[in-house]
Order: sequence, then structure tokens, then C-alpha cells
Amino acid sequence: MSDKNEIDRDDHTGTETTGHEWDGIKELDTPLPRWWLYIFYATVVWAIVYMVFMPAIPGLPGMAADGDHTRGLRNHSERVNVVAALEALEASREAGYAALDGASISEIENDPQLLQFVTAAGDAAFGDNCATCHGAGGQGFVGYPNLNDDVWLWGGSYDAIRETLLYGIRAEHDMTRFSQMPAYGRDELLTTAEIEAVADHVLSLSGQGEGNAQGAQIYAQQCVTCHMEDGRGDRLQGAPNLTDREWLYGSSRDQVINSIYRGPYGVMPAWEGRLDDRTIDALAAYVFLLGGGEAATAGPTGQ
Amino acid sequence: MAAPGVQQFDAEAVNAAETRELYQKRQQIYPKLAHGKFRFFKWAMMAIALGVYYLLPFVRWERGEGMPDQAVLVDFANSRFYFFFIEIWPNEIYYITGLLILASFGLFLATALFGRVWCGYACPQTVWTDLFIMVERFFEGDRNARMRLDKAKWSFDKAWRKISKHAVWLIIAAATGGAWILYFHDAFDLLENFFTGQAALSSYLFAGVLTFTTYTLAGTMREQVCIYMCPWPRIQGAMTDREALNVTYRFDRGEPRGRHKKGESWDERGDCIDCKQCVAVCPMGIDIRDGSQLECIQCALCIDACDDIMKKIERPTGLITYETDDNVDRYAAGEKPRYRFIRPRTLVYAGAFAIVALFMLGALVTREELQLNAQRDRNPNYVQLSDGSVRNGYNLKVVNKAGEPRELELTLEGADPAMQVRVLGAAADTPMRLPVGADQTQDFILYLTLPADAIDSQREEFVFRVTDPVTGETATTRSVLVTGVNP
Repeated sequence: MSDKNEIDRDDHTGTETTGHEWDGIKELDTPLPRWWLYIFYATVVWAIVYMVFMPAIPGLPGMAADGDHTRGLRNHSERVNVVAALEALEASREAGYAALDGASISEIENDPQLLQFVTAAGDAAFGDNCATCHGAGGQGFVGYPNLNDDVWLWGGSYDAIRETLLYGIRAEHDMTRFSQMPAYGRDELLTTAEIEAVADHVLSLSGQGEGNAQGAQIYAQQCVTCHMEDGRGDRLQGAPNLTDREWLYGSSRDQVINSIYRGPYGVMPAWEGRLDDRTIDALAAYVFLLGGGEAATAGPTGQ
Repeated sequence: MAAPGVQQFDAEAVNAAETRELYQKRQQIYPKLAHGKFRFFKWAMMAIALGVYYLLPFVRWERGEGMPDQAVLVDFANSRFYFFFIEIWPNEIYYITGLLILASFGLFLATALFGRVWCGYACPQTVWTDLFIMVERFFEGDRNARMRLDKAKWSFDKAWRKISKHAVWLIIAAATGGAWILYFHDAFDLLENFFTGQAALSSYLFAGVLTFTTYTLAGTMREQVCIYMCPWPRIQGAMTDREALNVTYRFDRGEPRGRHKKGESWDERGDCIDCKQCVAVCPMGIDIRDGSQLECIQCALCIDACDDIMKKIERPTGLITYETDDNVDRYAAGEKPRYRFIRPRTLVYAGAFAIVALFMLGALVTREELQLNAQRDRNPNYVQLSDGSVRNGYNLKVVNKAGEPRELELTLEGADPAMQVRVLGAAADTPMRLPVGADQTQDFILYLTLPADAIDSQREEFVFRVTDPVTGETATTRSVLVTGVNP
């Protein structure tokens, strides 16, 4: 190593060396490029400025009162921004919801702007809250009604759909709609043979199979209260029409037998209180407009 | 002494090929003012280019009720692009692609014929740099005065000249950025909003960014933009050949060069008296006598400078001139020059240009102002109703590019007559009427129901057709109804 005060320079390039030497090979101490250095200095300055203006230092003593970090001169808070952004979003929907409020379904349908709003708002709310059971397109699954078709257990008018949404079916709500089909098999109200006979009769109501005289007799004793003599059901009790082609729990003989055996108990939660009223309005209109909505005066399917 | 009026310049080409290093700090170039026909042509081009740029946003073009009346407008908010009688929707963005292809083939062709005429006369970098140098010359004087001023110590005189120059540059730069944003909003409205602080933040942002880029690119970076940043010099190297007209030093006439005193014989020597005027005027800092080179933007100012000298020393002008490399060789060999503007390269470029231009013209002429798209619901794919009939949902998208609202009539062609149509929101007395606003896309929700006894196949194919009863215009789209029947 050379004298400390003497700067060792490489003969060929004129660049300073680090003073390290291996077998006569010296390591050049090439300075950092200027542009790099200046950007580095700029980032240091930026960091200081940033700490002054923005929330930066966590965990200082005595900070718990207003949060656990320094607030900075700008008093910036991303959470406050999110709240403001959500409020702005709500405000931007205000006009749409105001138009929806109290509008009849035909008014919604005939106002292109309102129709578009309902479709968009309803679609979003449906995807968030309803699609888990009813499917993304409202197509339903076995045990979960298809909302596109014209079959409604409790009514398919705008108001009826709205009511179902608000109070639910067999839900924990004072005004919920309630009915219960007995579990004829599980509770041993009917024997297996009797259940099979009833199933054959029920299938014959919609034109499947030959029917069963014993089954018809049992039907007349056990089922007519809700499903009516002609099998067309009763909306007041949520009793499905047994004469059409739609089967919530399946149309095969085994599925029908299973339904009679266990007595289906489908639950739809009440959304009042969970969603605000105007979202429920939008959802009701959306479901109505999926194609199956019916006029307020319409009776049970097929009547 | 040389002929009267000939000033011998002691100019060094700061960017000369020989002395160029792999890394070299930039040396300031002080272009001298040239006089002559090319300088005049460049002034004229500058006036036209700047005039178009600044005035075009204010040109009006009547399009009808509710439509913008600015002739050239990029309307991002409503996603439309207007160019006089042309209106482009986002799905027609390929017109822009076509324009860019046209522009590049046009450049290829021009380069193959006349060298880098774009670089020399029309490129914004050239135009604004020229303008900035003009301002610089106004405050600081011509080449020698500027060099002296830069070397001089700071004084009041130097300070006010420098400050004024930068101030005017900044004003020009701000006007450049300010005019740019006028192409994106109504020019008159925006101007008013801009100065009252009412314009959108993006307007100020883009005006600021363009002010900065104009100031730096034309004021402080200048030739470095062309040499280091622009890809075109490399591309054009592949476009020119030995038969393209380029700004060329006629070495056959000029060499051997050397100083010449008045009255001396011109025998046994070239016409170039090494006065270096061509170097002094060059905005790129090169010596054209080194031959064609990447840095040369072919602004032809050296032609003006040299012609000036040739007149003074009473030699024929055109020592530096637009000429082809092959012809210079022919002159050297004592042959006559030959020009071949029609050659495979130019034919290919011109052909490609013509094909793209025809395609674009065709697309423009056959542009439909009424379009129809049908999106069938896939979720659910089909809905079976209680009576066994099957319903499909559709989203019908009607595009009306006309400036008038329309009342369209919907028909289904090739569909089962039993099929029932329901258009959501349609009036009861006109169930198949689709109203669409001017210059708009309108969505309609549509339900088609096929009764159970009419279902005989897996899918029913048919065609949606909308017709404008007023103009007779019509648009169709194919679609299907899925019945859900197993094959």
C-alpha cells in the first residue's frame, strides 16, 4: 500500500485506485456516474420532504392518542380517502336511486336510463348477495329456484319479489313467509309404499307415468290443503304447482319420492336491515326483469 | 486574398466524423444564418407548419345538433375522433393504423426519392429548433457574436440577452403545449377555462409536459434528439440508396480543395476553397464534405452557404447540391448524369402506399352508419318455462353513427313464426320499435320465447334485422336460440 496521503492513480486511465493490489493488478476506484449520484441525492431529499409532509414514522412514544404514526403536514390518510371515494360513489348513484324510489315496474321498464341503472345496480348487488345460491345468472340449482322462469312459489309481481327479498322465506324475521311440508317418510307419517304411490300420482299430474289410485287417495287426504285438488299449488302457502314442468327438487321419480320423504324446507334469508331499501328495490326490479316477472294481478302459474 | 466578400471561416466541425469519440461531452453548435432559396423554403415551411398547428384547432366544421363543431378534435370523453367530414369511433381505430402505415410508406417513398426531406423541412424537431435558433439569433446575434457571448464573463449585457432568450423560448414552449391540448377539447371553451383556472387538471398537466419537452428538445438538446433519440436516421439509412437525391458534396468538382487567392489559376485544383461556410451554417455540426452521414438532416442550408461563395468567387454554383451518389461517380468518370426515379424500390413503396390508400378509401366510402350486434345470454344458456316453452335472453346493441336520432324497426328473419318477441321497455303499441339517439350506441334487452310444440331441434338459427324506415338503411346480425333439447 502506498502512503496514505498520496493518491494512487492508474497510469493507463488516470483513474484513482482503491489501493488494493493482487499480483500487480490494481483495482480501479471509478467514481459513480454523475447522473446516478445526483438521482441518489435527489431521492434522499425526496425522502426527507416526504417524511415532513406524509405519514411516515410509526411507533413513537405518546402517539397512541391520534394513531400510531406521525401524520405529516398534509395529514394524509388513505382510509379517509376511501371513505370519501365511497361517499362520492354513493352520491353519483343518488340520481338513479331517487328515480327508482316509488317507481312502478312499468315506469322502470319504459325509462331507458332508469332501466339501465336498475340493470347495472341490480346486477352488482345480485352478484354480491344472491349469486351464491341462485347462480350468477339467476339460473338456480336443485333446491334453489331459477329466477329467470315464470314459476314463482310466493308470487312473481314486483311487490311480491320485493317482499320476499325484505322478509325472506322461513327466515328469522317477524314478517317472514312461512310454511312447512311435512316430512312424510322421516316422521313416519306414511309408509314407503304409500310415498311411492303418492309420487306416482304426483308425476301423473304433469303427464308423467300412469298414476296410482292409492296415491290419488292419499293425495286427497294429505296434500290438497296446500297443493290443491288439481295440483296447481297455492302461493299463499308457497306450495308449488305440481302440474307444470318445473321441479325445484327434481322431476325424477326418486327425487319426488325424496321430497315427499323429507319435506323440503328451503330457506331464503331476510335482507331487510342487511341491505338498504333502495338496493332491495333495485334487486327486486332486476329479478323481475330477468324475464319472469308477472303483473300484480296474475294468479298462480298457468291459471 | 480571396474574392471580395468571401470571409474565410476558421470553423471546426464539432461533430466531424474523424474526431468523434465513443463518448464525448456535447459541444455547443452555433449555426450561422444562411441566405438563399433553401433557407427561404425552410422559412416558408416553418410558417406553414406553425400556422397549421396553431390555427387548426380554431377551424370549425358544422356537424349538426349536439355534435362538436371543431374540425379536428380528439374527444376522449365521448371516445370520438373528428377530422373534418370524417368521424371515427373507437372500433374504427384501424383508420389511425392505416394513416400511420400511409405516413410511413410516404416517408419511405420520399426518402428513396429525395433523401431525408422530412427531417430537413417538416419534422417538428426541425421546425421548432429552427424557431428557437431564430430567437437565439435575435437576442445574441449570429454565430460569431454568440460564441463571443458564451465565452465572455457574466455582465448585464450577457445576462439580459440570455434571460430574454430563455423567456421567449419558454413563451413559445408554453404556446406549443397550450395549442396541443386544444385538439382534445373545444378550443374556444378550453382557452377560456384554461386562463380562468377552470380547465381539467389533465389539460394543465399536458400543457406543462409539452412546454417542458418543447423547451428542452428544441432549446437545449437540439441535434442530440436527431442523433441519439430519433430512430428515423437509422431507418432512413436503409431507405436511401446510391440513386436517391441527397444533399451531396460534389467531390469530383471540389477536390483537391484548398485556399484560393483572387487571380490564381483554377487549373489542377478543385472548386472548394475550404472556406468552411458549409460547416458554419450546419445545425448538426457536421462537415458535409465527409459524405452522407447519419447526423445529416439534409436541411440544405450548406447548399445555400456554398452557392453564395461560388457566386462570389465566380465559379458555377452547385458544388454542394441535391445529387445522387451514382451521379457524382459518373461526373468523376466524365460521364453524363442519369436519374432513375422509377426503380424497384420506389415502385414497391409507391405500390404499398397506393394499396393502403385504396383500402382506406374503400373503408371510408363503405362505412356503415348503422350496425347491429346481438349477444345471447349464456348464463343461463336458456330458460325453460312452466308450460315447456323455452326462452333465450339477448342483449341487442344498435350502433347509430348518423347525426340524427332514429326509430328502427326490428324484424326476425328465418325464425319460427311461433317465436314470441319481447323487447324490454318497448311501447305496447309498437313492440318492435327501437329508438336510438344520434351518434349513439343503444342496448336493448330482448327475450325470445319458443313454444313447446314448436321446438324441434337443438337450436333455431335466424337473423336479427333493424331497418330505418326513413332512410331505408338496414343492418343484420346472425343469432341462434338454444332450446336445450338433447340431440
